[in-house]
Amino acid sequence: MDAIILQILNGLDKGSAYALIALGLTLIFGTLGVVNFAHGALFMIGAFCSVTLSKLLNLSFETVDPTQKDFLGNPLKVKTPYVESWFGPEVGATIIDWSVPLAILFAIPIMLVIGYVMERGLIKHFYKRPHADQILVTFGLAIVLQEIVKFYFGANPIQTPAPDALSGVANLGGALGLQIAYPIWRLVYIGFSLLLIFGAFAFLQFTTFGMVVRAGMADRETVQLLGIDIDRRFTIMFGLAAAIAGLAGVMYGPINAPNYHMGMDFLVLSFVVVVVGGMGSLPGAVLAGFLLGILEAFASTTWATTTIPGINQIIIYLVAIIVLLTRPRGLMGKKGVMED
Amino acid sequence: MLGLKKHDLSLLIIVAILTMAAPFLLNPFPTESGMAQFNAGYPDLMQKFVIFGIFAIGFNILFGLTGYLSFGHAAFLGVGSYACVWMFKLLGYNVLPGILLSIVVSGLFALLIGVITLRRSGIYFSILTLAFAQMSFALAYSVLSNPKFNLTNGETGLQVYADDPQWFHSDRLPDLPHLFGLSMRATHRMELGAWEFQFNVGYYMCAVIMLLCFYLAIRIFRSPFGLMLRAVKSNQQRMNYTGLNSRPYTLAAFVISGMYAGLAGGLLSAVDPLAGAERMQWTASGEVVLMTILGGAGTLIGPVLGAGLIKYFENIFSKINESVLHGWFGFLPDGLEDFVITLVYPFVGKGWHLTLGVIFMLVVIFLPGGLVEGGQRIGRLFRGKKPSGAAKSATTEPAE
Repeated sequence: MDAIILQILNGLDKGSAYALIALGLTLIFGTLGVVNFAHGALFMIGAFCSVTLSKLLNLSFETVDPTQKDFLGNPLKVKTPYVESWFGPEVGATIIDWSVPLAILFAIPIMLVIGYVMERGLIKHFYKRPHADQILVTFGLAIVLQEIVKFYFGANPIQTPAPDALSGVANLGGALGLQIAYPIWRLVYIGFSLLLIFGAFAFLQFTTFGMVVRAGMADRETVQLLGIDIDRRFTIMFGLAAAIAGLAGVMYGPINAPNYHMGMDFLVLSFVVVVVGGMGSLPGAVLAGFLLGILEAFASTTWATTTIPGINQIIIYLVAIIVLLTRPRGLMGKKGVMED
Repeated sequence: MLGLKKHDLSLLIIVAILTMAAPFLLNPFPTESGMAQFNAGYPDLMQKFVIFGIFAIGFNILFGLTGYLSFGHAAFLGVGSYACVWMFKLLGYNVLPGILLSIVVSGLFALLIGVITLRRSGIYFSILTLAFAQMSFALAYSVLSNPKFNLTNGETGLQVYADDPQWFHSDRLPDLPHLFGLSMRATHRMELGAWEFQFNVGYYMCAVIMLLCFYLAIRIFRSPFGLMLRAVKSNQQRMNYTGLNSRPYTLAAFVISGMYAGLAGGLLSAVDPLAGAERMQWTASGEVVLMTILGGAGTLIGPVLGAGLIKYFENIFSKINESVLHGWFGFLPDGLEDFVITLVYPFVGKGWHLTLGVIFMLVVIFLPGGLVEGGQRIGRLFRGKKPSGAAKSATTEPAE
């Protein structure tokens, strides 16, 4: 029982990253009809937003402390981050400690702008071109973004620790008499993803803006005939999708140290998730994300890997192939989406 | 001649001459000069040119003709490599059985994957092939290399060990891949003044095979079968409405291009008998897409050009470091020199992928026909100045 709950948690954890990226992919796909191969790069950029923020916060100046000596006998140089000198040592240290959650605030505007610029500057010109061209140009963009990040941050993973208060291990299920120790940050990640997902759905479901966007997804031309500037709204949706991917990346930093190719690694799996969930179906993407995450977690147990070695590496692809052969439109795909 | 039209025949002959004379053409700088690092006329790199040329020609048969964008072609390359090394392990170092088996195995593998993936088209197809390739990569990397059943030797890569059977190996034969006793590594060096030219057996074998592949590709392009594939690209729906089942044609194209990829993989193993799983990773699939698009998808010569260009940059561009740049821009005043170097530096050396990405994006945005289209446009620009007769012939050229 303990093990099962543990694996479900593991699966939710991995699955929430898939679900968030897949949600963004589907949003872009459903609104603009573009397959965005650069979406993984957005996830990666989000993670590097938190790296940048923690670097910025750690910018420091040196002062010479005459009362202390270093091992050579010279006066000790003390590095003090600017934040600590501005807000006092206590508050400053807390700010630096909480740099990852703070990076959420930092990343939202950046990701919105990146998404907006990407759509207006590049992808807009590809609506009328074949899908292959859209894939290719976003693939090229992904390479470029990835290489730029690599140039500035290097090829090695950069540690972005979670705040001290959230980096321990929580004992769940104490009341039920179960022994389930689980890292707090991963629980935070699951909660955060659920919040984000519900937020996105609520936004689409309960606001006028969301209603117009949904109408546009269903029938773009009619909405335009009603005199609504649907293109502008779709551009904003692209920015939102970019922000969702970015936030997923920001919060993923403490789980896996960000490196420049993390986006590509997630992208391939997220595509599989989108296809399994059904192209253009938002609930499908989320559902498939969590399901595949849980499936992968169960396939990674010792029992599974000793029965079939390496099953955890291929289970997702196997399931994807089976689903597509039996339900070609995916779990919740609708008729007529991408069937030309 | 050879069942080709005059236009295609001259193209084939030009390519043949260029590949045969490549050791000269790619070595324009004297060995001792500072520019010698830009020479590409050494066996390793030339072999890569032609082998990846084959890979790209094969990819082009699928993508260029039918428009089906496969993001998983590296899987076939990897399967071919493994098949070839297995032949080395079992039979001995003669490359012939290895190459033949790699074509057969990758063809079968392509048939299996094609039957499944070609049920969908468009984006679904791209993603499905991508998923298959990643699955093959995972299979090769970890699943099929456990102690009970070791097919791929995992991370280390498959190679020939001393205790392998090698049934047809005898002491007279070289202990390296060879073609009936002629070692792939055998290189004839010719010194001519300050230049040194290398003629490598492995290169010439691969080059001859590439010419055969190129010839076959021309025949496919000009055949009724090729025409049918083009019809799939331009309007598959209409084809289906006329009662024509397009699946067998696309499947045939998929299998043929998978066999080309397998052949390329087999040759990679033939010139260097070590097959690793990283050849199957999806970045490798992306690379062949880059090559084909960069050169010009749907054209005959484009993929070869693209493959050569990318492999050249990968090997040569990445060697340029900061001191080389300082050497180049040394004539500029100091401040300007540093400024220019900081501008250029991210794009060379380790950052050559950035250059590749930028060029690729520019090509996709402005030149969907690749470098070949660029060449045609420039050619038209020059011809356009001449009287109308020349301009007319330029406009009636088929838009390849």
